[in-house]
Amino acid sequence: MTATQDRPAAEIGKDRRRKEDQRLITGRTRWTDNITLPGMLHLAMVRSPFAHANITSIDTEAAKASPNVVAVLSGKDFGEELGACINAWPITPDQKTPAHSPMPADRVAFAGEIVAVVVARTAAEARDAAELVDVEYDELPAVVGIKNALKDEVLAHPDLGTNKSALWVFDSGEAGTGTDAEAAITEARANGIVIEREYRQQRLIPAFMEPRSVVVDPTSEQMTMWSATQIPHILRFALAATTGVPESKIRVIAPDVGGGFGGKLQATPEEWIAWAVARRLAKPVKYTETRSESLMAAHHGRDQVQTLTLAADKDGKVTGLKVHLDADLGSYVAIVGGGVPVLGAFMFNAIYKFPAYRFECQTVLTNTTFTDAYRGAGRPEATYAIERLMDELAAEVGVDPLEIRERNWITHEEFPFTTVAGLEYDTGNYEAATAKAKASFGYDELRREQAERRERGDRVQLGIGVSTFTEMCGLAPSRVLGSLDYGAGGWESASVRLTPLGKVEVVTGASAHGQGHETAFSQIVADRLGVPFEDVEVLHGDTQVAPKGLDTYGSRSLVVGGEALVKAVDKVIDKAKVLAAHLLEANADDLDYADGRFTVRGTDQGKAIQELATATFAGHDYPEGMELSLDADATYDPVNFNYPHGTHLCAMEVDTETGAVKMRKYTCCDDIGTIINPLIVAGQVHGGLVQGIAQALWEEAVHDEAGTLVSGSFVDYLLPTSADTISFDVVHTDEPSICTTNTLGTKGVGEAGTIASTPAVVNAVVDAVRHLGVNDVQMPCTPERVWRAIHANDGDAPTPADAMPHFQEGSLNQDEGAGA
Amino acid sequence: MIPVKFDYLAPTSVEEALSALGEHGDEAKILAGGQSLLPVLRMRLNAPEVVIDLGGISSLRGIRDDGDAIVIGAMTTHHDVRDHELVKEHVLLISKAAAEVADSQIRHRGTFGGALAHADPAGDLGAPALALGAQFVIAGAGGTRTVEADDFFVDLFETAIGDDEILTEVRIPKHTGWGAHYEKFVRVAHQWPIVAVAATVKGSIDEAKIGLTNMGSTPLRARATEAALAGASATEDGVRAAAEQAAEGTNPPSDLNGAADYRQHLARVLTGRAVLKAAGV
Ligand SMILES: Cc1cc2nc3c(=O)[nH]c(=O)nc-3n(C[C@H](O)[C@H](O)[C@H](O)COP(=O)(O)OP(=O)(O)OC[C@H]3O[C@@H](n4cnc5c(N)ncnc54)[C@H](O)[C@@H]3O)c2cc1C
Repeated sequence: MTATQDRPAAEIGKDRRRKEDQRLITGRTRWTDNITLPGMLHLAMVRSPFAHANITSIDTEAAKASPNVVAVLSGKDFGEELGACINAWPITPDQKTPAHSPMPADRVAFAGEIVAVVVARTAAEARDAAELVDVEYDELPAVVGIKNALKDEVLAHPDLGTNKSALWVFDSGEAGTGTDAEAAITEARANGIVIEREYRQQRLIPAFMEPRSVVVDPTSEQMTMWSATQIPHILRFALAATTGVPESKIRVIAPDVGGGFGGKLQATPEEWIAWAVARRLAKPVKYTETRSESLMAAHHGRDQVQTLTLAADKDGKVTGLKVHLDADLGSYVAIVGGGVPVLGAFMFNAIYKFPAYRFECQTVLTNTTFTDAYRGAGRPEATYAIERLMDELAAEVGVDPLEIRERNWITHEEFPFTTVAGLEYDTGNYEAATAKAKASFGYDELRREQAERRERGDRVQLGIGVSTFTEMCGLAPSRVLGSLDYGAGGWESASVRLTPLGKVEVVTGASAHGQGHETAFSQIVADRLGVPFEDVEVLHGDTQVAPKGLDTYGSRSLVVGGEALVKAVDKVIDKAKVLAAHLLEANADDLDYADGRFTVRGTDQGKAIQELATATFAGHDYPEGMELSLDADATYDPVNFNYPHGTHLCAMEVDTETGAVKMRKYTCCDDIGTIINPLIVAGQVHGGLVQGIAQALWEEAVHDEAGTLVSGSFVDYLLPTSADTISFDVVHTDEPSICTTNTLGTKGVGEAGTIASTPAVVNAVVDAVRHLGVNDVQMPCTPERVWRAIHANDGDAPTPADAMPHFQEGSLNQDEGAGA
Repeated sequence: MIPVKFDYLAPTSVEEALSALGEHGDEAKILAGGQSLLPVLRMRLNAPEVVIDLGGISSLRGIRDDGDAIVIGAMTTHHDVRDHELVKEHVLLISKAAAEVADSQIRHRGTFGGALAHADPAGDLGAPALALGAQFVIAGAGGTRTVEADDFFVDLFETAIGDDEILTEVRIPKHTGWGAHYEKFVRVAHQWPIVAVAATVKGSIDEAKIGLTNMGSTPLRARATEAALAGASATEDGVRAAAEQAAEGTNPPSDLNGAADYRQHLARVLTGRAVLKAAGV
């Protein structure tokens, strides 16, 4: 029953302002930290200052004697009820996975790990008492950095006997999706071009605006956890699975959540400790982290060394690609853990028709904060590598970087196309996106200006960077996840309910934390059901309200959750039709449905969906055998990922005297299929771009040799603000490549900007100074790195030491230690 | 981010503030705009028992003309300093540097005296104050004394202000008609400078005064460059040649934003640029 598809879309495609914004901006909501319950106690965590140490003793007496302290608990005070932090994706059967207790009793494995918790009547008293907990440590050697970890000399977890957690391999020759990459490389060494590079994906910190916060109320039949999380449903599952509380006794609520970017896709030690303490004391408890704790102990992202070999013929047609990744898991294998780099495995071949491909990913454990998903998760790293390599290949062949891409990309006539990584791309049009981006960017003019500046030997040089990205999103077909040994499915659930007076309640299992689902989903329902936008209420983020779901990450909510919603709406219409036919005394086949109204064809007789909702509520007159409800549920398991793509062009100015870089222009033409709300899409693209640009230019989490986080505040972990970015030129193709695997034709956009932009920026920086002998600048491209690259003969940049402690009075540490 | 508990005093006169300081000694901390002190307290890097807020002492706020000098009250905000006509007319370099401090919110709270008393070597106001030969008026139990800029900055986060003293105002000799430029080098807009150069020149060029930010444990003067510029003509080549000496005698830190040798390189480049801009070239 898809009668609604014929009516013109009134809402889809409309620049609706986000209905959630008024409440979010004016504070007419309650974030987790705003929740106050009667008798609620406050937690403060005692964290290890050492990256690796045995805990020899913990003296809690002074803390316990501190005013209004209710309890001080350490790891040994808990038994199995403390549960465990889970790894849901063991990437190989023999993966080495260290036990991850929320609060280890014997040994800490990163600086910031929790060793004790103080419970007091106020947060201030808890914090004061936490300072009085006297922990004695026996420091152990710490392993920091991927290359050190690979040596296996110092072990992050001595009991495992190695730092190597898992080796995951994909080989197109073996898989039958392509030919042998090694052979292609051998051939290219003899008769073609081989590009070999090592790229570093620095460690990043998701840095969501709202710090993590959790409240647990154990005082009713279902224990309730409020958490600033992306994944309330997964949390409920994991709490039940690891703490012995039956799922039916657990309610998890993600109220309005202030950003996540993957950083709140985690089952955190803090949540588990709050859960255990609340159960132990039978009192509500709250824990909200400080920003310093968040930077130190909330999971980090990226952190890979990529060893890459690209083989091509002399014309620049790629014949094979070999990728070896070493990925730093940090101290534990977190919830997705090694799955993050593995997600990239399918994307290194990007939009290209490579015949041969081999991918290896070695994950390693170190004594640093554990890593996991950060916006794009695996795909930005892959896109960076291949888009940087394609620029290098273009330079080698001596053609424009767009030309080299065109020689290798899948043309629009070739879709659907099965890639060398085994994915089937349904639709796409790289030619159209590139043409539109080039025109909007003023590509040829900027190239001319670049040539002139080179000619003149200007102090400020201009570079143009290209990134023709695609990505796989809409996580994920459950069977595919199963074949990769992921611990859950990838479906999504939705319900549509009609209230007696004809309003619509939509329940989704997606869990928005800033995306604007309430608005976009209302638009979809308004169009499909033919009801006013304002009449649709979207409910989510509470396992009592939305009992089924797999939450929000991986650009999945619209493309998977939206499709579940479409299916639920269609079921409602089917049900309503039976009632309408009955009440109109007509044959169901003679009914049309449009604008929220069934009409009998050829007459002026009709019934609005709202009238049918009221009639169902009354129940006075309905057909024999009809269940007295119009409400419907649907679960949708995607049949494929979807593959948004786009051409991003970036112009950077590089001051060759200082190494300072400045963005001059950024144009992106993204093809994301049908656009539900262009304004929300623009917001997603802008925010995504900034995060990707920030990886290229500013952000880097640095641990020193001892494993202390040096970039432990926003003074040293440089987040950009609007003052650091320019106005982006965001365009879309005139005729988008509609996704063929969902009804609305949508493709994900939540991560696109982040995935695409990083290589565009670095390519532009390198392009500006390539004529000065530069072919790489390590990220983030700090002025110092750019300057040293230009003056490469001066030798390698010295390892940076600690940053200036602007807030620290007296003694200084900027001469101590060396950055990793 | 909860500081250790402290008592809060809000005196309304300098005398009252001094007697509170005298009473509590080094258990007390002065609060000006709080933009450096509050982070210190909240991160529990310092835990004074008493915080003495100067915010209620109106005599410490404001800017006046005192004949051969402009006098800036310690509690005058960066925002007010930047925009004041007397500052722009007679000590333009101070206005230019105040405009570069952090962001608008911080400039509306942070104070001129607080920044100088805090003496962060990366702070933006030390180098211009040093270059202009500012005099620091410091009040203590025994009355007030005046300290020359050369003696004021002692070390990292350390000045000539004693534990029981208060910086009340800063006298800055007039440099009416001098061109000025503050060249600040940052990676993101709201950052402390990696290196910055404060330059002010008379004519083009009769005399040049140059202060360096973050090139050592205190603000520094680029004396060799100043000497090379005096009486030189303000050509690009000439100025850049003189600026080659700007890093002499500096001892910059090495940190995530740059190693010492890179900072010295920056000091040379930025000094050339700052002087050229100050001279209107
Ligand atoms: C995010 C951020 C970014 C910043 N960026 C910059 C920047 O780019 N450049 C820059 O220059 N600064 C920067 N600052 C610091 C800012 O300029 C502060 O305002 C300044 O350093 C301190 O001034 P305050 O009035 O806030 O002093 P407070 O923080 O109140 O006090 C600072 C210190 O000085 C002492 N003190 C204050 N007043 C007196 C007095 N009259 N007599 C004796 N002792 C006194 C206090 O006891 C304390 O130790 C930044 C601050 C923040 C929070």
